[in-house]
Amino acid sequence: MSRLLAVVALVLLFAAGARAANPDEMLADPVLEERARELSKELRCLVCQNQSIDASDADLARDLRLLVRERIQSGDTDDEVLAYLTDRYGAFVRLKPPLTAETVVLWGAPFVVVVIALLAGGLYLRSRRRPDDASEAVPLSAEEEAALAALLAERKER
Amino acid sequence: MLNELGHYALVLALGVAIIQSVVPLIGARLRDPRLMGLASPSAVATFVLVAFSFAALTVAYIRSDFSLANVVENSHSAKPMIYKISGVWGNHEGSMLLWVLILALFGMLAAVLAKQMPASLRACVVAVQGWIATAFLLFIVMTSNPFERMLPAPMEGSDLNPLLQDIGLAIHPPLLYVGYVGFSIVFAFAVAALIEGRLDAAWARWVRPWTLVSWLFLTLGIAMGSYWAYYELGWGGWWFWDPVENASFMPWLAGTALLHSAAVMEKRDALKVWTVLLALITFSLSLLGTFLVRSGVLTSVHAFASDPTRGVFILTILAIFIGGAFTLFAVRAGALKAGGAFAPMSREGALVFNNVFLTTACATVLVGTLYPLVLETLTGDKISVGPPYFNLTFIPLMVPLLVAMPFGPLLAWKRGDAAAAAERMIAAAIVAVLAGAVSGWLAGTETALTASLGTALAAFLIVGSFAEVALRTERASSFGGRLRRLVNLPRATWGAAFGHFGVGLTVLGIVALSAFETEIIRDMKVGDTAEIAGYRLDFRSAEQREGPNYTDAVAIFTVTKGGVPVARMEPARRFYPVRQMPTTEAAIKTFGLSQLYVTLGEVDGDTVVVRLFYKPLVLLIWLGAVVASLGGVVSLTDRRFRIGLPAPARRRAPMATPANAEASA
Repeated sequence: MSRLLAVVALVLLFAAGARAANPDEMLADPVLEERARELSKELRCLVCQNQSIDASDADLARDLRLLVRERIQSGDTDDEVLAYLTDRYGAFVRLKPPLTAETVVLWGAPFVVVVIALLAGGLYLRSRRRPDDASEAVPLSAEEEAALAALLAERKER
Repeated sequence: MLNELGHYALVLALGVAIIQSVVPLIGARLRDPRLMGLASPSAVATFVLVAFSFAALTVAYIRSDFSLANVVENSHSAKPMIYKISGVWGNHEGSMLLWVLILALFGMLAAVLAKQMPASLRACVVAVQGWIATAFLLFIVMTSNPFERMLPAPMEGSDLNPLLQDIGLAIHPPLLYVGYVGFSIVFAFAVAALIEGRLDAAWARWVRPWTLVSWLFLTLGIAMGSYWAYYELGWGGWWFWDPVENASFMPWLAGTALLHSAAVMEKRDALKVWTVLLALITFSLSLLGTFLVRSGVLTSVHAFASDPTRGVFILTILAIFIGGAFTLFAVRAGALKAGGAFAPMSREGALVFNNVFLTTACATVLVGTLYPLVLETLTGDKISVGPPYFNLTFIPLMVPLLVAMPFGPLLAWKRGDAAAAAERMIAAAIVAVLAGAVSGWLAGTETALTASLGTALAAFLIVGSFAEVALRTERASSFGGRLRRLVNLPRATWGAAFGHFGVGLTVLGIVALSAFETEIIRDMKVGDTAEIAGYRLDFRSAEQREGPNYTDAVAIFTVTKGGVPVARMEPARRFYPVRQMPTTEAAIKTFGLSQLYVTLGEVDGDTVVVRLFYKPLVLLIWLGAVVASLGGVVSLTDRRFRIGLPAPARRRAPMATPANAEASA
């Protein structure tokens, strides 16, 4: 279903129909242009919700792409470009959320979970070294006894 | 008239589903065979009624019956027939009906096919399936009635969204739903086992085929969706970590973990509590996915059905089922005894390792998907969690899992020999080192490291996946003897080998694409040429073409390699007048496993922006998923699922439909 819906919304958003990263926007210097492309992939097109400005061709995305290139040309480092955009558009513009008090849990969760999971798995493996006596014998119910008896009787007849 | 009958059947199905939910359960408690006997007929009746309702809606679409609001909003008389039919589930109401149809189908199959199970367990399973059906039928009847009339009926409909007018819509949602909803049976089995208070290896054996069927359809559904996005969205991406993609990916990760833990439970009677918990988690994630997609709660490009009453309704269903199941688990799990002993270095140990990483990966995707929602609800602050986050967290979790993957099958149950297993992997390691070196040498300096490590890993997986098969047949004295052993290996062994082989292929495709893809974006006029990856594209001409309900502006390219013409490519910009929507129709040419991919951008006078991609080995990404699914099919034919089967089901078995693969399980 997911693709289907992606497709629906994309059409709505892409009514302008242009393609992202048009040739007329590109920087002459391939090194700077490559940096701009990489940065564009980390920045969200604010009106398109879940797309980077690199992939979107909404007008705002185009404006942001030009802005990124402008900042790069004026000598900003990647971090400065990101800081510049975050100041103006808020953390929402970052597809890779910066580590702040608000995102500590987000960034910490995978590490905490993997440590807990490894510990739990390790403890489980340790506990399994010895057999669990209680696990062996589960008495049969009356029905099962009857079924078993029937099966055995059938076998004898053969 | 038929519309009213369809609506009536839906309401009737709700009534029957309530009977299905209650009576067999009471029967199971009282050990009354007559009450339990109602499980089968009520499950069959629910399915028949929902199927009738679905058929009625389909007929309305085929006839372009514009007295139904749903048809008006999503169809058009000039639309090609296949899209009229697939349009049935190309909207909220219809896709929920498809969801319930598949749910009812699984309920019926469980009731009819699982004859060798204890009657009380079967009655419980069918009843639990009835609860889910009741909840979602209620949802459809109360909030999403597809049979709502529109009076006066308009002369024409407003057409289906152009991007959905694609063969992808005909295939992707049904596949995905069979997988998604199929896990409901596994959930029902888990709840039934908790109610009955009995959980053993036999339970795991009954559950495994259902898990396999759901898993393989979900795998195919996700892969199909990914390929559809790849060719239809027109910028050549194949996975976007979009929340709604994640919604189907999370049940897949949990389901894959379940497949492996159920194997431990079946063979060794261990990991029981965990397996039941995973069964509950997997379907809970399916429900969560349904909620995310259907409620419009996500800040996602997907969220189009944003009507809060529906969201609250599904959230209530979610809370009742997940909350109820986990409460039941908390109360009853203590009574379940842990099983047999084993050394940490063993097949069991390897499968625990698998579960540790798959579960963590699943949790990571869950956190990343829900975090922005939760944060915004709590603080009002909006943040984005996009692909960079998932790539940074998910990929490192996959690496240890993948590296360990070929070793797992080489370890014996109870106590494995790590050194011997490592020795078995020498051949795979040598191939990996060579492949990595070649790949690193071919790649540019920037991507050399990724390319060589990634290719080495992929080669290791591909060769290593057959290590168990090699190990199990090497003692044969002659070639013929070995062949005989190969054929006689348990199908489950082959299934696992193909499953792992498929993963290796997918990894290779991903690595090749990320390290060796080339892209050119430029303005072109008729007569211009562009060169990419040794192919030369000549822009010959441009023309207008009329489709049944659209107009195409086509650019025609001829492709030559070394002066020899190899293909003709016709990317287009398509316009649908009814919806006033343009779409981009990519032209894709396949050369072996690689593809040339051309899309058109903005047209300015006689100049058009052309995007050219060369995508090396890209087909492996989806081919790997197909191979892995075939592994699932092979596993389903394993002897242990076939024996002890009652005669009627066995007679049906030769028909190779999924439902019958199920029957032979």
